[in-house]
Amino acid sequence: MTAHALPGTLLSLLNTQPNIPAPDDFYQELVDMHRDLSEQQSALVNAKLILLLANHVGDLAVLREAMRAARQDIAPEAQAVEHTSRTRVTSSGDDLS
Amino acid sequence: MKTYTNPIYSCAAPTEPSGTPHHWPVVVAGAGPVGLCAAIDLAQRGIDVMVLDEDNTVSVGSRAICWAKRTLEILDRLGCGDRIVGKGVEWNVGRVFFRDEQVYQFNLQPEAGHRRPAFINLQQYWVEQFLVERCSGLPQAELRWQNKVVGVTPHADRVAIRVAAPKGEYTVYADWLIVADGARSPVRGMLGLESEGQAFRDRFLIADVLMHSDFPSERWFWFDPPFHRHQSALLHRQADNVWRVDFQLGPDADPDEEKKPEKIMPRLRAMLGDKAEFEIEWASVYTFQCRRMRSFRHGRALFVGDAAHLVSPFGARGANSGIQDVDNLIWKLELVMAGQAPQSLLDSYDTERTFAADENIRHSTRSTNFITPKSEASRAFRDAALLLAKHHAFARRLVNSGRLSLPTNFDASPLTTVDPDGESFAGAVTLGGPAVDAPVEGSRGAWLLSYLEGGFTLLMFDASAPADAIEALADDVNSCNVVQVGGKPVAGASRIDDRERLLAARYDGKPGSCYLFRPDQHLCARWRSFELPSVRAAIARATGQAYIETRVAA
Repeated sequence: MTAHALPGTLLSLLNTQPNIPAPDDFYQELVDMHRDLSEQQSALVNAKLILLLANHVGDLAVLREAMRAARQDIAPEAQAVEHTSRTRVTSSGDDLS
Repeated sequence: MKTYTNPIYSCAAPTEPSGTPHHWPVVVAGAGPVGLCAAIDLAQRGIDVMVLDEDNTVSVGSRAICWAKRTLEILDRLGCGDRIVGKGVEWNVGRVFFRDEQVYQFNLQPEAGHRRPAFINLQQYWVEQFLVERCSGLPQAELRWQNKVVGVTPHADRVAIRVAAPKGEYTVYADWLIVADGARSPVRGMLGLESEGQAFRDRFLIADVLMHSDFPSERWFWFDPPFHRHQSALLHRQADNVWRVDFQLGPDADPDEEKKPEKIMPRLRAMLGDKAEFEIEWASVYTFQCRRMRSFRHGRALFVGDAAHLVSPFGARGANSGIQDVDNLIWKLELVMAGQAPQSLLDSYDTERTFAADENIRHSTRSTNFITPKSEASRAFRDAALLLAKHHAFARRLVNSGRLSLPTNFDASPLTTVDPDGESFAGAVTLGGPAVDAPVEGSRGAWLLSYLEGGFTLLMFDASAPADAIEALADDVNSCNVVQVGGKPVAGASRIDDRERLLAARYDGKPGSCYLFRPDQHLCARWRSFELPSVRAAIARATGQAYIETRVAA
């Protein structure tokens, strides 16, 4: 695996340098893939695409870097739904949160 | 219930209801599957044990139903394997459905040459009944029904236990108290201890249905099926034509309402079809929690099973891990009680089994999150994995309808000796993991695991050791049996024949290789050649002791 230097990081496994030969073509096809889809269907197609590509990459270190890069600049908003579906408990059933 | 009548066990009169408290080497609180296994294991080792239970019968309703291969192997060692496997329903195939079609199927045991299957299904009450019967046949074990623990006072050298029986209260002393009194564990409360973790809000309906049907003995799991939209469902066969059905109900379901037969029947009808003839044996609505105690050892109180740790039901990791707790604990307790190991060996029970509990909780929490996605993004990934699974092998490994119980590896345990520098071992067995079974021929039957019972065992491939070294191992305080696979026969070693060559394949048993198993059949050291001091050092390590090599002057 080739290491790539990213500005602001020591060493990166994730290639963030231009790597797609025809970027405009790719971008158009990516957007076109969602034509005629509802928002929910689009979310599903995107999720499938992510899983397919993640499996192709296969390297958990690279995937983690990609996930970190994807989360960059996106601040948490409101309380996550997840927090209301589970609660911390002790044996007596007391809520710890 | 039509297929099972709960036995009513009579309440044994306490031998000493008043006066000087009777002293027991070990008292077990709780006669569930885990407490009963602990009592059997102790009694088989010749240790007197009393089991206290506030009830007078086995489990009401089927509760735990899936018994994993490793658990069955432990039950073999406890003398109950054949009855439980004989009554149970063997299954290896699971199918996963998404909406109205099957997305894939799996086979848990594609490999022959093991005594026990990957899983059998059997209602918990049958398992408990067989364990009670086994326990009752052991003179060292005494079962006291309707004897409820109402107080526990720990002392440095013993535990005082206050018991309420139908004819009055009495006190007993125990050197050791094994706490197996279930998820709510009254004893844990009496000791002021807690179990911490997460509670999940989703409610589930669990029902046992009596049905004569052609459905195969397989595990069928549906995500978002047409008969139960936006939720999950499970169908699983048990003994006596009883079927386990599980419906996810969501967090807002009313448990009292959902328990009513008029509410359950239409759900079952939609799932099983118009033609199915069935009736409800037992039903319950539940939520679940994943939590554990910080430590499973508190002085002379040793926590096992649900009292120590709790998981969601996906993966069958509750009762199975509880019985594996017992398998880990009892040989250590025996050595400590006999003065053959320091008390600190019991801390390794805590180290190893809290590690196992964390592994089980992690798997069961991940399964729960997959089955009950908590956000739009989480649901999109879940559905994406299911849709892809129909066409692509990689996605089948992402689908999680319960990662079914597997034994924990203790490769990083302080009891395990790391492999010698530069040595590598292939094969199915892993350092710290349980022995992998294989067909063999010899004096103790047709399966390897029967040769690894009792104390420590050294399995030696195509090699022999000096007779005096084998004698020395047998004479050590923590003695070790030697089992030879091929090689020149040596006095004092037993021999097995690897006729099908599966044993050598599963252990990467090159000539000279030696494998050291603990009394719970976990592999704790291995070498490519036999050296007496190395084996002794590994046994010392596995019994919590420092090894000092002593040389006898020539």
